[in-house]
Amino acid sequence: MSTDAQAPAPAPLKKVNRLQLDVSSYRGSKTTLCAGCGHNAISERIIDAFFEMGVDPHRVIKLSGIGCSSKSPAYFLNPAHGFNSVHGRMPSVATGAMLANRGLLAIGVSGDGDTGAIGIGQFVHAMRRNLPLIYLVEDNGCYGLTKGQFSPTADFGTKAKNGVVNDLPPIDLCAMAIELGATFVARSFSGDKKQLLSILKAAIAHKGTSLIDVISPCVTFNDHEGSTKSYAYVKAHDDPLGEVSFVPFFEDISVEYEPGSTTRVRMHDGSHLFLRKLEETYNPTDKLAAARLLHETLARGEFATGVIYIEPDKDDFLQLLNLVDEPLGQLPESRVRPPRAVLDQLMDQLR
Amino acid sequence: MSSTLPASEPQQAQASASVTNDFSIQIATVNGSGSQTANLVLLRTLFQMGIPVSGKNMFPSNIAGLPTWYTIRANRRGYISRKKEIDLLVAMNPETARDDVMGLEPGCAVVYDAPLRLDTLRSDLVFYAVPFDKIVAEVCTDAKLRRLVKNMVYDGVLAELLSMDAGEMQQALARQLGKKPKALALNQAALEAGRTWASEHLTKADPFRVERMDKTTGQILIEGNTAAAMGCLFAGVTVVAWYPITPSSSLPETLIRYLRKYRMDPETGKATFAVVQAEDEIASLGMVIGASWAGARAMTSTSGPGISLMSEFAGLAYYAEVPAVVFDVQRVGPSTGLPTRTAQGDILFAAFNSHGDTKNVVLLPGSVEECYEMSMASFDLAERLQTVVFVLSDLDLGMNTWMSKPFDYPEKPIDRGKVLDAEGVKALGGTWGRYRDLDGDGIPYRTLPGSGAPAYFTRGSGHNDMALYTERPDDYTKNVDRLARKFETAKSLVPQPVVEDVAGTQIAIIAYGTTHFAVEESRDQLREEHGVEVAYLRLRAYPFPATVHEFIRRYDRVYVVEQNRDGQMLGLLRIEGEPASAVRLRSVLHYNGLPIDARSITDGILAQEKAGNA
Ligand SMILES: Cc1ncc(C[n+]2csc(CCOP(=O)(O)OP(=O)(O)O)c2C)c(N)n1
Ligand code: SF4
Repeated sequence: MSTDAQAPAPAPLKKVNRLQLDVSSYRGSKTTLCAGCGHNAISERIIDAFFEMGVDPHRVIKLSGIGCSSKSPAYFLNPAHGFNSVHGRMPSVATGAMLANRGLLAIGVSGDGDTGAIGIGQFVHAMRRNLPLIYLVEDNGCYGLTKGQFSPTADFGTKAKNGVVNDLPPIDLCAMAIELGATFVARSFSGDKKQLLSILKAAIAHKGTSLIDVISPCVTFNDHEGSTKSYAYVKAHDDPLGEVSFVPFFEDISVEYEPGSTTRVRMHDGSHLFLRKLEETYNPTDKLAAARLLHETLARGEFATGVIYIEPDKDDFLQLLNLVDEPLGQLPESRVRPPRAVLDQLMDQLR
Repeated sequence: MSSTLPASEPQQAQASASVTNDFSIQIATVNGSGSQTANLVLLRTLFQMGIPVSGKNMFPSNIAGLPTWYTIRANRRGYISRKKEIDLLVAMNPETARDDVMGLEPGCAVVYDAPLRLDTLRSDLVFYAVPFDKIVAEVCTDAKLRRLVKNMVYDGVLAELLSMDAGEMQQALARQLGKKPKALALNQAALEAGRTWASEHLTKADPFRVERMDKTTGQILIEGNTAAAMGCLFAGVTVVAWYPITPSSSLPETLIRYLRKYRMDPETGKATFAVVQAEDEIASLGMVIGASWAGARAMTSTSGPGISLMSEFAGLAYYAEVPAVVFDVQRVGPSTGLPTRTAQGDILFAAFNSHGDTKNVVLLPGSVEECYEMSMASFDLAERLQTVVFVLSDLDLGMNTWMSKPFDYPEKPIDRGKVLDAEGVKALGGTWGRYRDLDGDGIPYRTLPGSGAPAYFTRGSGHNDMALYTERPDDYTKNVDRLARKFETAKSLVPQPVVEDVAGTQIAIIAYGTTHFAVEESRDQLREEHGVEVAYLRLRAYPFPATVHEFIRRYDRVYVVEQNRDGQMLGLLRIEGEPASAVRLRSVLHYNGLPIDARSITDGILAQEKAGNA
């Protein structure tokens, strides 16, 4: 990005990232979701995050299950291969793809029904494995695509559009993820541009599974009075843990921070995450503290947002499998078909 | 126990008219009593003596305590399917001994644990009472081990009664236990004790005996699941995702052993494969689909219950055109009861697995050698056709021990199918679309994530040939019609049927999978005992090539022999075949959980011939 000081200022150049790509390389097809749907705002932040991080879009795979939320991979990063799979099964497809090619960067988009109900089993086991995967739940407390039924993250006492009150306790996906071994757990709100962008960038830098639960109101079925996932309610009850700033490894750290009130986390790739605490002395690397915080805010009817838990250096699933460095899917025949002598030896053992 | 002479009148079984190398031995024990080593030593001894053998385990769905029967068949003519009749019973299980004895044909021999006093049950059998506890106590001081070592005593007794070669038996035992010198010594002692005791106390009164032959030279003994695992190894599998289930588990478990041994990169010591024991079969197939989509050669292995769970994903792979190899080692029905018994009951379920307009390629290995070969073929086909390939084995083939000629090293290089890199797409000059039929064979070209080639978006039913979202009726029909064309192409790529036409007969058999060996024997029975010649076509895959329908047209009565209740393959042949041929098809069915036998086929055909052709 060298600029010639002498030259007269040309027409304003398109802003490009460190790969010299402008943001159009990160856009997707036109959305077909409802105007005002939280999911659309999240797609915008995903575009910004990948653009600003300078990720080669060809390296990215975007996967999903089924639901309005699961449609959104079509609305960002067109140059990346995408896979809209079946309801609740994004984690397994993402797992397989990452096994085949460890050089990929995977983002999986799911819904609260897709993950919390039909897909809860795959969610649980994905969290245990710590596979490199950004697992994003677009959480609206209802099933959008099937027209507004309660999902398992619907809060106790929340009211559906038809007046029915939910009398079951919600599943807290963040709390589950922490318990199960996820190494980056965050909650955000589709309406909080700045926080969500920082969290997404940190997730891109993270090694292992990032579970991001983004409250994403459904304007059509769950944005009314009495719903605890409406824009108005979430704005009023968003309780940020602190300010989240992210400095990627390829930029100088110019953030000034006071060590007492800000936690600095060095990510595996050399990026830094600065979490400025707003209130108490919250430590995002303490599992028990994270669990307590989630229980307390839930009891108050609030949403704790921000990076709730982080463990930057834990071995990921691909390391545990001791895979060769090259993508398994691209190994030549000479490396995957043993020689004739091996068959001869096996035959001799059976004679 | 004082009397060691058979209680019945031995003259009933004509010891003089000896029956050599043609009998079946059934050993009735309790699951978990450690009889497997003893049974395999018997099997191996016969095999090493050059006598064609097969071994079949009928075991309960239980770890210890329920009855188990192991059947060894020796046959000088080389028949290796199950023999319906038992000739020699070794009755070790008090719980089943009575029924086991009552079920025998007259003239059979029974070796039994003396306290069971079975000789009082019948007078038309030859009984050998053996005081197993007493014999074993003399060679094994450790009371806890006696239960296990006791089995080797019946090996010794049988060796003496049947004149088995002592040296071969020692060698067979050493093969089983060679790595455990203590156990080997103990078992050798028990074997000898059994043999010595029998030679001193028993008088041979049955006709069965063995004699050295040369019919197994160069052959191997192997289970179908082991053979399939070998096939996957040489197919260059890179991703395996599975969930344990009998009778499939030994396939991935053996494969894991092979991969760890033969597929670690020699320079880095790292794995050129990934194996995941998934949380269930849904996830297993999901991982296979994700891996294949991203360029791996991926497989999973399961049985009927797992296929049920995989159904939604199978349809996705069909519509989205993602390669996937799925082994189905078939077993009987759902849930508890007979999951450890064999069947060919998943034919229609595999062929049409999933909802919507799906049809799947199904391979039908009929021998251990084909388990090996079709495993390799399944990956090539899945990648060439970009679809799900089911490999339908069964419990009998997968878990039982079969004789075979040694396997050949693959001659053909691996076929990765129509995959384009960035250059390849460019070379097509803008004509590429993910689901475009550029070659007229219905098979489009795909690109791989991360390869730098143009991307596309993968979905189920709603896409046009550029992989763009669509719900238009014409786009949909155009796509599924191309998929149908692709299925036509598959007919010439799948393993072709084996056809044995016979001039001058109107009768034919169609069979597949493990039914094959019983059919071969039944054809000999029909010819030799009844003068009936029967043509034979062995199916090796679905979709059926035209040769199948042409074969049916050539015969008046075509018996489709299979191991399920409703004639599933017959149904499929009717759906796919010529309407006029439907009347030619008849069923011979066997579905009691035991492997099919030749006599049942012969009787089934003769009965229908008599009834319908008089
Ligand atoms: C096996 C299966 N069962 C049911 C459905 C119907 N279905 C489609 S989307 C959906 C719920 C989606 O809810 P959520 O994941 O919360 O996503 P949202 O639409 O709210 O973004 C359901 C039940 C399906 N597609 N597949
Ligand atoms: S129905 Fe709700 S979740 Fe679906 S697109 Fe509309 S606003 Fe979004």
